[in-house]
Amino acid sequence: MRISEFGASLGIDIETAQGVYADREITSGYSSDLLSDVMANAGADGVLVTVQAHKNAIAVASLVGLAAIVVCNSRPLPADMIESARSEGVAVFRTPATAFEVSGRLWVALHRP
Amino acid sequence: MRDMASLPISPETGPQVVLELLYSLKVRDAMSSPVISAVPSDSMREVQYRMRDNGITGVPIIEGGRLVGLVSMGLIIEALDSGRIGQKAGELMTRTVISLEDDMPLAFATTYFNRYKFGRFPVLDRDGLLVGIVCASDILRALLVAMNAEVERLEQKLSAAATPLERPAEGLVHLGFQVTRFDFENAGKASAEIKKALKGLNIDAAIVRRAAVATYELELNQVIHSEGGSIYAVAGKGRIEVVAEDRGPGIPDVDAAMTEGFSTATEWIRSLGFGAGMGLPNTKRVSDDFTIDSAPGRGTMVRVVINY
Repeated sequence: MRISEFGASLGIDIETAQGVYADREITSGYSSDLLSDVMANAGADGVLVTVQAHKNAIAVASLVGLAAIVVCNSRPLPADMIESARSEGVAVFRTPATAFEVSGRLWVALHRP
Repeated sequence: MRDMASLPISPETGPQVVLELLYSLKVRDAMSSPVISAVPSDSMREVQYRMRDNGITGVPIIEGGRLVGLVSMGLIIEALDSGRIGQKAGELMTRTVISLEDDMPLAFATTYFNRYKFGRFPVLDRDGLLVGIVCASDILRALLVAMNAEVERLEQKLSAAATPLERPAEGLVHLGFQVTRFDFENAGKASAEIKKALKGLNIDAAIVRRAAVATYELELNQVIHSEGGSIYAVAGKGRIEVVAEDRGPGIPDVDAAMTEGFSTATEWIRSLGFGAGMGLPNTKRVSDDFTIDSAPGRGTMVRVVINY
């Protein structure tokens, strides 16, 4: 599943990423609000499901090679976060859905035959 | 017209000296205290008089020490305009109030002013009680006083010669970065640069990731816990070495700090997703060789080696 297909496949209201990013293949997902936990355990080319809407989340995503971040619960995205996502090439999505819901749908989308 | 609420200071682009002040000063160093406040049952008229008598433009509304709303000069004017100045403050106040914590670095306050465009922010302590209020001029005053002292200190140091940087050897990556306490705006920059440089040596992606994890955790440890420090990375000939050295305060119990889940980070740092107590354990896990040297009163030095 490519990043561009990602929002549609989840079937939930998602604001499209405002970043400039390569439309690469997503291979895994990780749900966490602890950035050290993300550093230790998230897979490269994965999607991070979180409520951490600030630029440090982008820094972590970029360091471990994540493809996209989904910010849940309609948390507002600060301008400096979007700017940082743009320069690091990380796609950022925002949704009113909870991390639980997004993670569940992401799991199904990734495991669909 | 100039926007009165915004500050001509950025925690990202200012000179290093000002940045360090913005991160070493706390919100409590700049705020006005005690706060002129009112209760929800006070009338808007009473709030208006309180503003006039104290020469202020915003009054927090509190109930049992807790902040429940805010009445600004703008709301008073609206109330006067619509004949509702006799109504209770509790009915007309703004309920969505953005507040700061007294323990936050001043840099957060400048970011808030520029992001939210409010004229003032109430300040809460760690128990959520209203302890102060901060407006743009409070920040400018605190900064000016600190800058004066800093300029004086720098003038005295001017005669000291700058140490020349070490020259990197051929085919090696040799990078050094200064890390500032509580500078979350720039946190991760050293790691990003080091990662980029390692990629440039065509080192395997999994190895680069291990080095990135170690550097990021050490960098964030300095941002969160130290009084400032430096990160050095040397790579080449099958070996990456990262040395993180800070100016204190030192770790009282290194064994505890090495235990996953142990953390001394404050609430607001945890709210940013840090302080999970995984930093040092993560660093050790990705290292081929890991040494830490720390004691209270002294700084902390961590040295990591990753072979490739």
